[in-house]
Amino acid sequence: MQLKLKKGLTLNIDGAVENWNPCAEIVPTTCAIYPEDFHGITPKTNVKEGDLVKVGSCLLFDKTQPDLKITSPVAGKVKAVVRGERRKILRVEVETDASAPFESEAFDTASAKDSAAILSLLAGSGLLAEVRQRPYDIVPRLNEAPRDIFVTAFDLAPLAPQPGFGLMGDDAAQVLTKAVEVLSGLTQGKVYISVSDSGFSGTIKGAEIVEVSGKYPASNPGVQAANIAPVNKGETIWCMDIATLYKIGRLFTDGKVVSQTFVAVTGPEVATPCAVKTVEGASLPEVLAGRLKNDNVHKRVICGNVFTGTVENPDSKESYLHYPWRQITVIAEGDDADEFMGWASMAPSKMSLSRSFPGHFLHKLFRPDARLNGGRRAMIMSGEYDRVFPMDVMPEYLLKAIISRDIESMEKLGIYEVAPEDFAAAEYADTSKLPLQKIVREGLDFLRKELE
Amino acid sequence: MARLRNYLNKIKPNFEPGGKLHAFQSVFDGFETFLYTPNTTSGKSLAVHIHDSIDSKRTMIIVVLALLPCFLFGMYNTGYQHWLALGATEFPFWDLMIYGFLTVLPRVVTAYVVGLGIEFIVAQWRKEEIQEGFLVTGILIPMICPPEVPLWMLAVATAFSVIFVKEVFGGTGYNVLNVALVARAFLFFAYPAQMSGDKVYIGTGAPFGFGTPLADGFSCATPLGQLATQTSSNIQFTGANGLDISTWDAFLGLIPGSFGETSTLCILIGGLLLLLTGIASWRVMLSVFAGGFIMSLVANTFASPLYPASYLSPVDQLLLGGFAFAAVFMATDPVTAAHTTVGKYIYGFLIGVIAIIIRTYNNGYPEGAMLAVLLMNCFAPLIDWCVVNANISRREKRLKAKTSRS
Repeated sequence: MQLKLKKGLTLNIDGAVENWNPCAEIVPTTCAIYPEDFHGITPKTNVKEGDLVKVGSCLLFDKTQPDLKITSPVAGKVKAVVRGERRKILRVEVETDASAPFESEAFDTASAKDSAAILSLLAGSGLLAEVRQRPYDIVPRLNEAPRDIFVTAFDLAPLAPQPGFGLMGDDAAQVLTKAVEVLSGLTQGKVYISVSDSGFSGTIKGAEIVEVSGKYPASNPGVQAANIAPVNKGETIWCMDIATLYKIGRLFTDGKVVSQTFVAVTGPEVATPCAVKTVEGASLPEVLAGRLKNDNVHKRVICGNVFTGTVENPDSKESYLHYPWRQITVIAEGDDADEFMGWASMAPSKMSLSRSFPGHFLHKLFRPDARLNGGRRAMIMSGEYDRVFPMDVMPEYLLKAIISRDIESMEKLGIYEVAPEDFAAAEYADTSKLPLQKIVREGLDFLRKELE
Repeated sequence: MARLRNYLNKIKPNFEPGGKLHAFQSVFDGFETFLYTPNTTSGKSLAVHIHDSIDSKRTMIIVVLALLPCFLFGMYNTGYQHWLALGATEFPFWDLMIYGFLTVLPRVVTAYVVGLGIEFIVAQWRKEEIQEGFLVTGILIPMICPPEVPLWMLAVATAFSVIFVKEVFGGTGYNVLNVALVARAFLFFAYPAQMSGDKVYIGTGAPFGFGTPLADGFSCATPLGQLATQTSSNIQFTGANGLDISTWDAFLGLIPGSFGETSTLCILIGGLLLLLTGIASWRVMLSVFAGGFIMSLVANTFASPLYPASYLSPVDQLLLGGFAFAAVFMATDPVTAAHTTVGKYIYGFLIGVIAIIIRTYNNGYPEGAMLAVLLMNCFAPLIDWCVVNANISRREKRLKAKTSRS
């Protein structure tokens, strides 16, 4: 099956990794998980400081469906359960046991024959928490069987590594085939795997392989789903990347949870962009030590890519890698730029999709900072979102329905098909500088609350 | 530059809540963000971390730049028409330009002072940033009016338009109608004597004492204004000097008319800039011309002495009056045009068709472009509604097919 998506964007940003062989292997002294990375879960914990855990041991579980767990990425001792206002759990930190950091819980996969057993194993091992369901872009609800499962094997975000890079070895095809076999038992429909020129390629039995060509956000599984088999009201689909699929395969092959990961340290403010072999949730200061440029620029360290990542402060000892644990991007913050009449600038260093900037025509690498580059306005330019929105959804109208909290219109305009990440490219391109991802997130949460 | 930044930082506290000049916070903010790109940075999570360099200031300024050729030509032509009416045989370039400049200057100042004044007050009242939309509107209004429109009328029309067409709806981005065109329409319907007829389209006075005023009672109508009196199929327009106007004159814009909209050449230059930078929608622009051309062709095919304008060739129809100006600068206003891709084609095409229909079949009112754009502004939401509904019904059909199968 082939899928050609025309709309989207490609940004050429400085700081790409050139050599993908890992430049360092770091076993961090502490790791942590952030429950906020797993949207849709109301986190509760049953561990306390000093508890011994292994990879795959439960650290947090969902209040409404206790079988759904978020598990430890390393073996060691629980260092702290950090809480914020109103005792909200911010993160759980685990101190690594240096002698056997990757020792996993042993999961009994042999006896998981029927779909209920498979599902509870997935949920219990923490791997289901890495899957996202549509509608609502949340961790899957256990009582809703997915219509189809969509896996993306590539990532087109700026500077992004391919999901599962380094992790998947020679036996990848076998392991993935196993995972597809397991997941096929959970859905009446198909398991779609979207591949592209970049990223994983190989034969995976039992899956429907979709060859996708396009620009960002064509690598979002939700965008692929919307073009292959869109979500209708009342339906549920699962979305994940191929790294998660691989981990599911490993779980059902040898009963263990893999938590090692390769992280690409990228961006214009990184001295030598390279890939680091480490662990999910690794301590950021340890991963980044000596890797940032030593200049006086205010830096923004993003866990993830420039479109959807989360900012962490690496100067603080208590900052850790965020899900999906495969990229760190460092750019200039720009809060001290004081640019004189930037709106009139014809400087070739200005990155833009607009042809009014000379930089638009130059094939060069840009070094953008985190400024909005303008003031927030009402939506003025029409058609701007459409150009980077490869779905049969009208983004401007859907956003307006969300802003006005009009549930009927939201449903009609396809809210069940979208996730905040699908709007990232539009948010980048927006003349009016509106926080589109936030608007969509709040809209989805509102809808879920109203309909439950 | 650092000194300016330091100075702004020094006076900034005066404008913040609690400061002496806090009533001018929006004004200060407007100037500050104009001088220095704000250092506001992206959100920490659930947000993109980089933003495109384009912003609404640049967008609006590019439109103003695109209007400049028309504006400069308008200055020249205002002087040229005045000299022509004087019966001059020599046309000193700088004298013409200065005459035109002095004529239009008070009008531009009036429009900006009144319009921006209201914008500043409303922004302060709503505690919002100042919107840039009026930068374009403010220069458009004098350009689509006769060169000597009385200042107080211009002020009243601008105020009416900004308040009742834009601000009551929520400001730039929420207005249904084109603000500049409503100001023009307001003038036309409120003060028809000063806005139409054969006496207003040529500068008669001596602005700030420059030039020679014309004798009282001088009259010369615009080409479209002369249409009503034409009886034969061989249409001939006369200029201010009593000589014939050629199609070439009309293309260059050396004809009587509103200040900035006579020169199709300059309009095309501006249009080219808008299209090259991608600021204006080529879909709208193209379909306005297509609609106008096709309707002119139809009218010309069924020409009748009852409607003299139907004898105009399609090319003349597109060159004369405000048609080209409306197609390039008015119809393409992204806020009031249709927002959907398919809708833009329909919206533009209908503007072209309706402009020619009004112009041809309504002898009493020669300029149809303004009303056509305003009319389609009203219908743009309906066009969009139909397009959006097609998307909605696709989705509903999909759901129905699904449920009937299972």
